Parts: sequence; C-alpha cells; structure tokens
Amino acid sequence: MKKHAVPVLAALGAIGFVVSIYLIFMTTPLEWGWDTRADRLAGSSLFFNQKIFYFHVANSIVLFTAVFVSGIASILFLWKRSPKADDIASASTDVAVAFGAATLVTGSIWAKAAWDVWWNWEPRLTMSLLLWLILVGYVLVRRFAGPSADRVAAGMAIFGMVGVPFIYTMVGADSHPNSGMNGTVFTLGARLVPPFLASMVTFFLWFAALVIARVQSTRDEREVRELREQGLDLGVLQ
Amino acid sequence: MALVRQAARIAWKDLRVELRSKEIITTMMFFGALLVVIYSFVFPNHNDKVMRWSVPGMLWVSIAFAGTIALGRAFDRERENDTMRALLLSPVPRLAVFLGKAVAMAVLILAVAVIVTPLLALFLDAPLFDHGGELALIIVLGAVGMAIVGSIFAATLLKVRSRDVLLPVILYPLLVPLFVAGTETTSALLKVPVDLETAWYWIRFLGIYDAAFLVLSMWVFESLVIE
Amino acid sequence: MTPALDLVEIKKVAKRYGSERALAGVTLELRGGSMTALLGHNGAGKTTLLGVLSTLVRPSSGAIAYRAAGKDLSGDAVRRQIGMLAHASLCYGELSAIENLELFAGLYEIQVDIPALLDKVGLDKRARTREARTYSRGMVQRLALARALLTRPSLLLLDEPFTGLDRDGALALGQQLGEIKGQGTIVVVVTHDLEAIAGRADHVAILRRGSLVFEERGDAYSYEALKDVYHRHAN
Repeated sequence: MKKHAVPVLAALGAIGFVVSIYLIFMTTPLEWGWDTRADRLAGSSLFFNQKIFYFHVANSIVLFTAVFVSGIASILFLWKRSPKADDIASASTDVAVAFGAATLVTGSIWAKAAWDVWWNWEPRLTMSLLLWLILVGYVLVRRFAGPSADRVAAGMAIFGMVGVPFIYTMVGADSHPNSGMNGTVFTLGARLVPPFLASMVTFFLWFAALVIARVQSTRDEREVRELREQGLDLGVLQ
Repeated sequence: MALVRQAARIAWKDLRVELRSKEIITTMMFFGALLVVIYSFVFPNHNDKVMRWSVPGMLWVSIAFAGTIALGRAFDRERENDTMRALLLSPVPRLAVFLGKAVAMAVLILAVAVIVTPLLALFLDAPLFDHGGELALIIVLGAVGMAIVGSIFAATLLKVRSRDVLLPVILYPLLVPLFVAGTETTSALLKVPVDLETAWYWIRFLGIYDAAFLVLSMWVFESLVIE
Repeated sequence: MTPALDLVEIKKVAKRYGSERALAGVTLELRGGSMTALLGHNGAGKTTLLGVLSTLVRPSSGAIAYRAAGKDLSGDAVRRQIGMLAHASLCYGELSAIENLELFAGLYEIQVDIPALLDKVGLDKRARTREARTYSRGMVQRLALARALLTRPSLLLLDEPFTGLDRDGALALGQQLGEIKGQGTIVVVVTHDLEAIAGRADHVAILRRGSLVFEERGDAYSYEALKDVYHRHAN
C-alpha cells in the first residue's frame, strides 16, 4: 500500500464532504417532498431532515460493500492463510461497524422526522440492521475468541456474505408501507442525483481511507512484533 | 459411498450415546414444554387472532433456544475427552465428521420440535396440524438448516475461548432468514383461509437456504476446524 | 493396506496463532524404528509440533513429508498410519472400552481382535464392558493406548503419556513403547518423565520458545544423559 494513499484519500474525502454538503443544502429543493402520512406532496416543515437521506443511503451501501469485502478477503485468508487478506477483512469490518452505527442512528433521526417513529421495519433499514449485526458479531469474535480468532471470524464473514442474498430476498418480500422516497436512484428527480452521487463518493473515499489506514497500522504492529521476536531470539532483548 | 457410510457411523454413534444417557433429549424436551407453559401464561387471552399472530413466533423461538443449547451440549461432549480430535485423526474424510454430526444434531433439534408443536396445538388451541405435511416440511428444513450452520460453528469453536457466548452471537444473525422462513410459513398455514402459496414460497426459500449453506459448510469445514 | 511410514521429514515448520509464535522454522527428521524424545519447557512448542505431525494443525509455513518406501503419502493415507496418545483419552466416556474400540475400528474400516489388543495393554477384563468414565486414570491410559495402537500405526505420537500413572505403570508403558519401537514404528514422545523413556530413546530434540535448539542421535540415552542434555539446552 502506498504511503500516501491515506492522506490523499482523506483529503479527497474532505473535499467531497464539502461539495456534498453544498450540493445537498444549496441545490436540493427545500420546499417540496413526499409526505408519507398524507401520501402527497407537502410543505417544507420536515424536509430539512430529508437531507439525511443522502448520507443514510450512502452509509447503507458502504455497509453492504463491507460485508462482501470481508467475505471475499476471508475466503482468501482461509485458502492462502495470507495475513494481508485477514487484515483487510478485519479492517473493513471494524470501519463498517462504525459506519453502520452511524447509519442506524441517522436513519432513526430521519424516521422520527419523516414518520414520527424512531424505527420501522422498512426493508432497507432492516437489511442494514441485519448486516450490521453480522459485522458486529465478527468484531466480537475477533475480540474474544483468543488466538484462533482470525480463523473463526473468517468463517462468520463468509457465511454472512452467503447469507446476504437470503436477507435481501427476505426483507424485500415483506409487505411494508412505502418509505416515500423508495425506488432506485433513477426515480429521483434530476436535481437530486448530483448530491446523492457526491455523498456516495465521499463515503466510499472515507471508507477506503480508514480501511487502508487500519491495515497499515496492523501491518506496522506485526512488523514491530516480528522484530522484537528476532531480538529475543538473538538474545539482544530480554 | 464411503463418505456416507462413515458419516452414518458417526451420526449413529452420537445418537447412541445420547439414547443411553438421554441427557440432552430429556432436558431439551422439558425446556421446550416449559416454554409452552410460559407462553400460555404470557398470552392468556386465547382469542383466535392473538393465537394466529403469536404461535408461529413461539414455535420458532422454542426451536431456536432449545436448539442452540442442544448444539452446545452435544459438542461439549466432544470436548470432554477431546474425542473430536480422535474423529479428525481417523482416516475418514473430514467431511464425514461434519455430515455425521450435522445429521445427529438435526435429529436432536427435530425431537424438540416434535414435543413443542403438539403442546402448542394443545395449550394454545392452535390448528397446527391442519396442514401437517407442510408444517412438517418446514420444521424439518428448519432443523436441518440449524443443524448445518450450528454444527460447523460449534465444531470450529470447540477449542476456542468464550465459545459458550460466541456460538449464539455467531449463529443468530446467520439464522435469521431461517427463522423468518419458519414463522412466515407457520403463519401462512394458520391463516383463514390458508395461504398455501405463501407457505410454499417460504418452504422453497428455506430449501435453497439449506442447500446453499450445506454446500458452503462442506467446502470450508476442514479449513475452519483444523487450526 | 497403505504402506508403513519409515521416514518423516519436518521441513522448516513454523506456526503462528494470531500474534503468538508457537513454532519457528523447525527442521527435523524422524526415522523408523527409533524413539524421539521431544523435550522442552512448557510453552516451548512441543504440543504444537505434535499437532502439526498429526495433521491436526496446519503449519503457517513449511511442510512435513511422510515417506513410505521412498514414496510420499498424503491425506487419508497418512492418517491411517498415525496413532496418537494425548493428555485427554480421546475416547468416549459414555461407551465401554469394547464399544470405543469397535467404533474406531469401524471408522478405520479394519478388523481388529479387540480382546487381544486389550490384553496387550493390560486392561482388566471386568472393566471392558463398563463405561469408560468409570475407569481409573491408569485404566483410561490403557484404553487410550489401545485406541492409538488400533491400526498398528507406523507413526506413534505421545503427549505426556506417563502423567497420572504410578511408577510401575509408567515403566511398564515405557517398556511397551520400546517394544513398539523395535517393530519399526516411528515413536515420538513428549514428556517430562525422563526415567520412563531412559534406555529407549535414541534421538533427542529440544525445543525452546518454538525453535529447535538441540538435536542428537545416538544409542539409547540413559537417564543421566537425558537429564544432562535437558538441563544444558532447555533453558
């Protein structure tokens, strides 16, 4: 991993953040939106909160990605026993748990503003929660399973990844009321697409920066440990 | 095929040991029955709508809890004298060890369901046997799925620290689709008029789930269990 | 029948558990008809090395070559040639000695004269049909040895086999191991009880903190020789 990857990504992420905020607050319309309760276009009172949507969905997708990255890295780890693969699985899960927690909290705020409930079992929200729980399970296993933690956690990541299509189908099949802003990105009005994309890109940049930083730090720790072992072997250290 | 024969031997060994001590079977059955009694008190209003709404959950929660405890206990046996190591040392394909344990576990979990279902039907007036075939099918698929995922992780965690706590932590998120399929099917079967279409949708769903995780487990078992 | 192993080459085997290094590049050769005493302090990596030899632990790097008459064996064929005796009995407490051996004989798909085997290890006839969890420590060890010898393995691995045995029991077991070695089996013993293997071990390997720090072959080492070598190198 190149030495400058992290600062560059972080800088780009910071720029992306500023751009996103600008786009979201300056260019998206404040004055209209879909009121689910009344099931019609409605006035401006709650739509400041709508802005959270742009971060919320980006967060969700990052969570989704993390499950797959962890899963694939874990397969590589079990197959080749490469510490690098394990580092990536572990780092992306750690970062995604933080992002995921943010998703759930922001989603909750949005839900309260839009529908006056802190939680509903909306398909995408439920799926985020389940994916997040799988990732949290991974982190707990890594933390508490002792010396074989990497192997056990890898197992969980792989099973979690295979479970994703089932979770997806399962939540989709639930009959739940529309969230109002459901549907894919393409049903958004043209003015709403740039801020959405900007926030997605920003989040991915941040995610990548944090994961790479973590992987580098784990690798540095390992190098120090190995040097220490060498020293002990040679009798140079106590 | 040698694999199947060896797996059968291992499964039979487990079941024979269990039949002799009856430890897990009796405690799990009692536990399941106790849960049903508690449900009866917790949901005292035996009106039809409440029953149809709550019984699917009760059935599958019982299976979830009792099943996890049974898994833990059964694999604990392999820890006692490190007999898992003996099994893995044998020249049987290691897959046979997994399949054998999974079959034995499925039987144990099924035993729990066999007790809980009639008790629920009895105590809560639930017409669970009206579509007994479909119900049996989803319960078998559920037991098999739980046995597959449960066995691979219980075996992986055998020598791992904090394994008692970690087994549910790992299993429950992964088994969510299984429990949803189970409750949705049961719910559909209890509907008036009965919703067979939905029931079969979820039965197929669980069948695919079981198949996918069986293949995955067979693929990674050795990697996970050998240190 | 798979051919018997006559040479096992451990080539630069290393094992890490997460951040812990259990073995560091161990290279060692084990020969048929010889008894290797694998010595070292607790935590030196002896059990891990035995684990790798028994194919139950995958090395982080390096490999082990199992040779029979010049050919390499792998997978199920290797495990058929391995017998292991560990701290734990590796037998089912809920089954009797005979049932345990029948089970394992079935898994190995071999015909075994179980009563004769139990005679050989000296397990009391009256105990053979009782559940193994009712056995004394000495009896459990005998059953475990019977289980290990079930397939007439050409590689016999023993991890602290003398713990819990009284003096006579330990010496008797030591004698039995000597006989087994004499039949051409590769015997590896991890133990702190140097007296029990005295006069029989002819190959000494000492581990310290995961590395092989001493290795020597000779005629059967006496108790004093073993003690001396241990004190000089294990620290």
